[in-house]
Amino acid sequence: MNFTLRVWRQAGPGSPGRFVEYPAPDISPDASFLEMLDVVNERLMVQGQEPIAFSHDCREGICGSCAMMIDGMAHGPVPGAATCQVHMRSFTTGSRVTIEPWRSVAFPVIKDLVTDRAALDRIIQAGGFITAPTGGARDANEILVAKDAADSAMDAAACIGCGACVAACPNGSASLFTAAKLTHLGLLPQGQPERSRRTLGMVAQMDREHFGHCTLFGECQEACPKQISIDTIARMNRDYLHAVVTARPERGGGGTG
Amino acid sequence: MIAPPAGPSSVNARVPAGPLETKWERHKFDMKLVSPANKRKYTIIVVGTGLAGASAAATLSELGYRVIGITYHDSPRRAHSIAAQGGINAAKNYPNDGDSVFRLFYDTIKGGDFRAREANVHRLAEVSVNIIDQCVAQGVPFAREYGGLLANRSFGGAQVSRTFYARGQTGQQLLLGAYQALERQIGRGAVDMHPHTEMLDLLVVDGRARGIVARDLITGEVRSFVGDAVVLATGGYGNVFYLSTNARNSNATAIWRAHKRGAAFANPCFTQIHPTCIPVSGDYQSKLTLMSESLRNDGRVWVPARGGDSRTPGDIPEAERDYFLERKYPSFGNLAPRDIASRAAKQVCDEGRGVGPTGLGVYLDFRDAIQRLGADTIADRYGNLFEMYQRITDEDPYRVPMRIYPAVHYTMGGLWVDYNLMSTIPGLHVVGEANFSDHGANRLGASALMQGLADGYFILPYTIGDYLASSRLAKVDPAGPEVRAIEAEVAQRTQRLLEINGRRTVDAFHRQLGRIVWEKCGMARNDAGLREALAEIPQVRAEFWENVAVPGTGESLNQALEKAGRVADFLELAELMCLDALHRTESCGGHFREESQTADGEALRDDEHFAYAAAWQYAGEGKPPVLVKEPLAFETVHLSQRSYK
Repeated sequence: MNFTLRVWRQAGPGSPGRFVEYPAPDISPDASFLEMLDVVNERLMVQGQEPIAFSHDCREGICGSCAMMIDGMAHGPVPGAATCQVHMRSFTTGSRVTIEPWRSVAFPVIKDLVTDRAALDRIIQAGGFITAPTGGARDANEILVAKDAADSAMDAAACIGCGACVAACPNGSASLFTAAKLTHLGLLPQGQPERSRRTLGMVAQMDREHFGHCTLFGECQEACPKQISIDTIARMNRDYLHAVVTARPERGGGGTG
Repeated sequence: MIAPPAGPSSVNARVPAGPLETKWERHKFDMKLVSPANKRKYTIIVVGTGLAGASAAATLSELGYRVIGITYHDSPRRAHSIAAQGGINAAKNYPNDGDSVFRLFYDTIKGGDFRAREANVHRLAEVSVNIIDQCVAQGVPFAREYGGLLANRSFGGAQVSRTFYARGQTGQQLLLGAYQALERQIGRGAVDMHPHTEMLDLLVVDGRARGIVARDLITGEVRSFVGDAVVLATGGYGNVFYLSTNARNSNATAIWRAHKRGAAFANPCFTQIHPTCIPVSGDYQSKLTLMSESLRNDGRVWVPARGGDSRTPGDIPEAERDYFLERKYPSFGNLAPRDIASRAAKQVCDEGRGVGPTGLGVYLDFRDAIQRLGADTIADRYGNLFEMYQRITDEDPYRVPMRIYPAVHYTMGGLWVDYNLMSTIPGLHVVGEANFSDHGANRLGASALMQGLADGYFILPYTIGDYLASSRLAKVDPAGPEVRAIEAEVAQRTQRLLEINGRRTVDAFHRQLGRIVWEKCGMARNDAGLREALAEIPQVRAEFWENVAVPGTGESLNQALEKAGRVADFLELAELMCLDALHRTESCGGHFREESQTADGEALRDDEHFAYAAAWQYAGEGKPPVLVKEPLAFETVHLSQRSYK
């Protein structure tokens, strides 16, 4: 198959970027999108040119590294797939393919297609965990979790933290990412003690990172490689409302004496 | 290059005395403690954030140590543990099917073909039960039964169901549990995390590991991190083969540079070839995709009974199929251990009975399971794996059998560590796949996750305290001449790679190396092939340093440069692998020497000569490494010819 790529090239965070066209002839339909880019990069390097920088690692849709807008769609045209799981057989030979980095003020470009997604880690730091220091756990089967709760928690926990939801959202909102973690932990009995605190912390951090607000466009769930549902966002909003209404100032001194 | 310190001529595993069952308990009491007030005075550098690294960093920080975390990823969550699919073993015996700590210990020792250290493996089995408790407390969404209890399934090499799982994404969920614990500590300011940072050398001061030299992958800055102890949790070296199921960036650089600073490298030839991967389809291919071993619970492996049978699988009648694993290993059947299942697949393909366009493939067929259980049940168990398969191959495994072939998956070898998980360099601890420890010559399925978390949550946090409490550590000046000299060496090496300006890409060399190692030090090895590899690898290496093309500069993100450094290290490590494979003239586990097999083609061990871990000491540029043997004493298990028939 033959393609013409229109790729966003940007030398560094402060530099101006631009689209550059590259021919991509003689590509196997069984090659993945990233393998197609490998072939193009190999050819560039043999000519002494700098290859196109892009994030990637596991190449099986689980690490969440790869991240590209392909023809304006986060992770390209295949539903429920990360960029690395898109194969060239999904494209028409002879077509021109536009490749851009994630678009969001919260994800500054590092180089070419590589962006800085550390904001997502900081949302997790703000409460995306269950406080359970190593060593104090009781026997695992003493905590009963209904199968449907465990299954729904797993649906939400499948998030790979790629940021496609943000890139696809016209508002640049990270609501699906945040809500997926809140839903995962909020559905489990272990997650109840910190549920309100977690919701308030993560939502506040989302705002601090300059992600936009959610207006329920629903683009995020279309782009999500793990097809996480925006029902999680409804859950987050309900928990948030509850947490705001019932919030009490935190008290210290619980263990004095 | 500064000459490495002369390594010890023997290694001391420091296994505690006493009965196997109580060694760890007593050792925990015998080890020195660091008081809570003193813990914050120590800085521990943890390199890598996979299961072992993230769990270690989080736990050490919870204990009160100052922790510096290093990862080359943009986020700790991207470490390759995330991709583990099938599950994690633990001797909980929830299914009431006769499991116990001793059985898990025994299965692991036997599965590793009697080449692991008894005391370590028993400890692993002991703490396995704590891991599940810990993960559930963190909110890991393991599969459940309707009553709310945890579900289990069986895995290769075991006749009990002891594997806990979260769909086909167990590694992801366990890593997210550890990652979230780690992020909590980062958020509190208790862990100083450095993403986009790659370790390129180890700082050894006065004979002790006191820090690392790393390169910031975004700015290119080379800088040091100094502390009181270093923990390497940097994973395995499977990518030496170029094509493997490892993530593309997984590499051996951290452990290899530590090796060159004096850490012995044990059993490098013990590599695991996983039987169920999607076959290679073309030259452009960048990696191989694993299909979880759990599929062998319900899938049946077969090839046509006669060679050259080109009918579609559905047209081949039952009588003309060879379910070769069930035929050869009736008691374990399709759940024979990985090394055995891989070799059996290779054999039938070598006989010309392989399937698919390349002839390098066997069927993994779910027809009978779908008939027995219904497609819904199969979808419930393996839905995401089936989807993954279909996406890659464009074939529907509900209707057409999967085609699978073995691929490199895991490395049992790694830096040698003693019972306390400390390498031959005092202060340098190694955890997870990066060490050689617990799996002997073959790892059982669902045991890597167990070992990574055992090391990080429950073993290292105790043993490192003993090291710190019993060592007198002078302050290291980060701007001192020793540190500056190593930083300069690292910077020079980077500069040298950029200045070669050759004509072949890094991947071209990597592919060439991979082909040599796969063909001559892969699923089957022999004297002549290994000698050829040992002649070829130095030639490839020499050409690499004259003719590699690394465009761009060292002052910004340069992925070609990163890769060049890693491949340069693979080019050295590959030689040690072949040397180790050549010296070990027995077959054991994943190391199959064609000269040493039983009449029916099974691996034939030589316990008289090879019941030891081979720890190799680096001896300097161009000098042959020195072999140091750690004898393996089997006090509890009886050495026997492994049989899964």
